[in-house]
Amino acid sequence: MATAVQEITETRAGAHAAAAERVGAPYMNPYLAGIGLGLVLLSAFVVMGRGLGASGAINSTLAWALSKVAPAWVAGNEFLGPYLGDGSTHPLKDWLVFEVMGIYAGALVSGLLAGRFKVMVERGPRISASARLGLAFAGGTMTGIGAAFGRGCTSGQALTGGSLLNLGSWIFMICVFAGAYTAAYFVRRQWR
Amino acid sequence: MTTPFYKYGFFGDETSLVVAFLIGIGFGFFLERAGFGSSRKLVSQFYLNDLAVFRVMFTAIVTAMLGVTYLGWIGVLDLTLVYMVPTFWVAQIVGGVLLGVGFAVGGYCPGTSPAAVVMGHLDAITYIAGIFAGVFTFALAFPLLRGLYTAGEMGAVRLPEFLHLPYGLVVFGVVLMALAGFWGAGWVEKRFGTAPEAR
Repeated sequence: MATAVQEITETRAGAHAAAAERVGAPYMNPYLAGIGLGLVLLSAFVVMGRGLGASGAINSTLAWALSKVAPAWVAGNEFLGPYLGDGSTHPLKDWLVFEVMGIYAGALVSGLLAGRFKVMVERGPRISASARLGLAFAGGTMTGIGAAFGRGCTSGQALTGGSLLNLGSWIFMICVFAGAYTAAYFVRRQWR
Repeated sequence: MTTPFYKYGFFGDETSLVVAFLIGIGFGFFLERAGFGSSRKLVSQFYLNDLAVFRVMFTAIVTAMLGVTYLGWIGVLDLTLVYMVPTFWVAQIVGGVLLGVGFAVGGYCPGTSPAAVVMGHLDAITYIAGIFAGVFTFALAFPLLRGLYTAGEMGAVRLPEFLHLPYGLVVFGVVLMALAGFWGAGWVEKRFGTAPEAR
């Protein structure tokens, strides 16, 4: 019976993408996970008066790391300079840096509880590991530039700004989906 | 009005970092729970096979939006003290499209890649290295990009002000849009997808 159900499912997947090979326990119901995520975001609003974020932590980390090599250049750079602060506190003593460290910790707890830890290069059957690693790097580079232009990413703009009805965040979010759906067609061999 | 607690001076900067870590734990926990630590799960929404990621995201936006609206209404939360990123609509169109393309090509976004790293996904490590390279490139080229970065400045503006509609009506509209989206997602999955419940 279970095999029959599985066969039907797989046939339906058929010509389309095969289901991602999930490791470990099934994922949480998306609506429940969304409510959980929304309540975490709400608690950030209520406790801190700000939302969640991710890309800002990378800007701080980069500014700090480069200040070890080229302090004058970073301090004089209009984009990265402000992330060094006025020198009274360490650049990494930053709200988003600590929040992102929490993301690592929280995800580790969840993933270990579900038995999902597995060292791998996540990819489809028709692409080599090195090509996938290269595409991930290329995608990361575009993401970095995009987040800089957009003044945030999916966390700080789409999620946070979306729930605050921030005009710029909604413009940003719609463009993220437009860009992603368009580009997805061209990189489909990466996944399926 | 007694919240946001931090803005009312209930605790200081040092404590706020502890709060940041705790909130981050909650954020990371639910991201991973939802499957956001997997690039194939994340991008399957762009191939219309499995729109769980879309469902999670819009449920989260609606939950937080309703919470903020309600707490503002009953006078517990002072919404004017919650930080809003100013709108630069031209720069945000450019940034959104770039980030979207980077999402489809790279398989992650900045917030989900940490969840993938701790689950052992090596592609998430090169993705994050790529983000650093991208921000570094942006900073290097900033003198050339400043014009575009500051284009379309409008200040901190909310949809209700922009559309000249009552706040509650826009909230109601977003809820309706989300519900329509969830219904549409189910329809799309039946046509293009592998039922997520079966996995």
